[in-house]
Amino acid sequence: MTVQAAPAVAAAPRRRPAPKRMTRGERWKRRAPLLPALVFAIVLTQLPFLFTLYYSVLDRNLLRPETGRFVWLENYGKVFTDELFRNAVFNTVKLTVSAVVLSMVLGIGLALLLDKQFFGRGIVRTLLITPFLVMPAAAALLWKTSMFNPVFGLLNWAIGLFGFESIDWVSQYPMLSIVLVLTWQWTPFMMLIVLAGLQSQSPEILEAARVDGASGWATFRRITLPHLRQFIELGILLGSIFIVQTFDPIFMITQGGPGQATTNLPYFIYQQAFRAFEVGEAAAAGVIVVAATIVIATFALRVISDLFKEET
Amino acid sequence: MTATATPPIRPPEVSDRAAAARRRKGRKFNPGTMLVAIVAWAVGLLFFFPVLWMFLTGFKQESQASTDPPTFFFTPTLDQYRAILDRDFMPYFLNSLTASVMSTVFVIILATPAAYALSIAKVPKWRDSLFFFISTRMMPAVASILPLYILAKNIGMLDNITMLSLIYTAMNLPIAVWMIRSFLLELPKEVLEAARVDGAKVITEMRRIILPMIAPGLAATALICFIFAWNEFFFAVSLTATEAATVPVFLVGFITSEGLFWARLSAASTIAVLPVILAGWVAQKWLVRGLSLGAVK
Repeated sequence: MTVQAAPAVAAAPRRRPAPKRMTRGERWKRRAPLLPALVFAIVLTQLPFLFTLYYSVLDRNLLRPETGRFVWLENYGKVFTDELFRNAVFNTVKLTVSAVVLSMVLGIGLALLLDKQFFGRGIVRTLLITPFLVMPAAAALLWKTSMFNPVFGLLNWAIGLFGFESIDWVSQYPMLSIVLVLTWQWTPFMMLIVLAGLQSQSPEILEAARVDGASGWATFRRITLPHLRQFIELGILLGSIFIVQTFDPIFMITQGGPGQATTNLPYFIYQQAFRAFEVGEAAAAGVIVVAATIVIATFALRVISDLFKEET
Repeated sequence: MTATATPPIRPPEVSDRAAAARRRKGRKFNPGTMLVAIVAWAVGLLFFFPVLWMFLTGFKQESQASTDPPTFFFTPTLDQYRAILDRDFMPYFLNSLTASVMSTVFVIILATPAAYALSIAKVPKWRDSLFFFISTRMMPAVASILPLYILAKNIGMLDNITMLSLIYTAMNLPIAVWMIRSFLLELPKEVLEAARVDGAKVITEMRRIILPMIAPGLAATALICFIFAWNEFFFAVSLTATEAATVPVFLVGFITSEGLFWARLSAASTIAVLPVILAGWVAQKWLVRGLSLGAVK
């Protein structure tokens, strides 16, 4: 086999062999650098999920060792009829949609500003990305104490300057408070992605539009916006995938409350697993979340894959 | 020619062109640019303000930290920082550092060869592998936390920093593979082909030629992975207790004493966020690339 391959290589030394002509050994040699990472990823992410699937059909409670019966889909039935679960689903949707939309709108606005030349642009950009870098747990505590506090909070002091009454943010508007913190953290993310989109526009086309007498607004609507579309889609989808998993601010600021007002799916599952030790139901809820994420992720992958086709 | 040389009497078209040039360059006294600058600075400061406030509060006395109206002017003190360091903060900080650094090193070691096999010497079905990696990042942490918890408990690795590092490695692996791959794709093909014609073995090619060329990219990837590991809270709070608890878990301790130790909490938070803010400022050029998994340059 090596004898056969040799003349071909000698005849065209610069051309790499086409994939189909690779021998088995060659294929494995190529795979070798990939395997450690692949095996690692499978062991630490796919196996646990298989176990989650398995737990989801058991009636298991960590506090009661005698449990562990196989119960078919009973847990799924329980979870779907559980009002708390449905409430958590609803809260997750509300939280994710508002935070993603708000941070995307703000992100587009800020990206348009930062796309212009002005004094200190680099510094402003640095200031703007800082909220995204702050450890979410620390950010949550910062907002809880310094910003939202009904008596000493800066937010009340600020709206007081305009003559508004003080508000107990976390108890009166728990969902809004969480959305506010998330928007503050995720706007920089959206801004960076949209800004990268703006700066990848070809200056010649913009110049041509200007020479042809297109107004600023028309240029934005007809040329910039369509160009930005895939960047906006990418930002929205990646943002959704991360924000659906929001846990830190809920754990830190509201503990899912008051009542169940801000309990989202990750926090619900956390409570089921680590407060009630209901492994079966927590696992079933986890599987449902994964199923939902796969739906969003499929769209995300399509968008990434489009971006990726242009590049290769 | 002569028209442009004499400034006082310019033909209208030339002055038009000059105005256009001025608009493009964005001179200082253009009112539009001025407005953009003012709005951008105002919003930038607004977004940054909570972080600045946290930083300032860390240097206050407790009595100054919770006042109505807020205290803007005060004599800074290091008391809170002293109290934090006295109160066993260091073990948490070292745990965070260990988990972040260890996982980042693992990630780079695993991801660099993988990215090579998915870009330069492509394996068959490389596209599938690439998307497999990214799909693992999209799976919510809640879906794997239970088995990981039970597994860690059974093998006695609950509250263990190595376990946490391994989980962070798995968490950051897809981002690193995608990002390093995007750097590898930018390498000039001629260099690699020349090496191959010279008969360089894969390992030599990797070590002598590729690694030095993508070193800045690897550094950027490492910084991004470090940021994500340092800031992680869900796995840390679920899988650690006392021995391996990280900085965010330390901060949880302040929830119970709500309102009483604001200045101290701010000092602790400042130490907690500073490494990542600095790393992020340094790596901001690559931040968007990491966040978009290498898709956006």
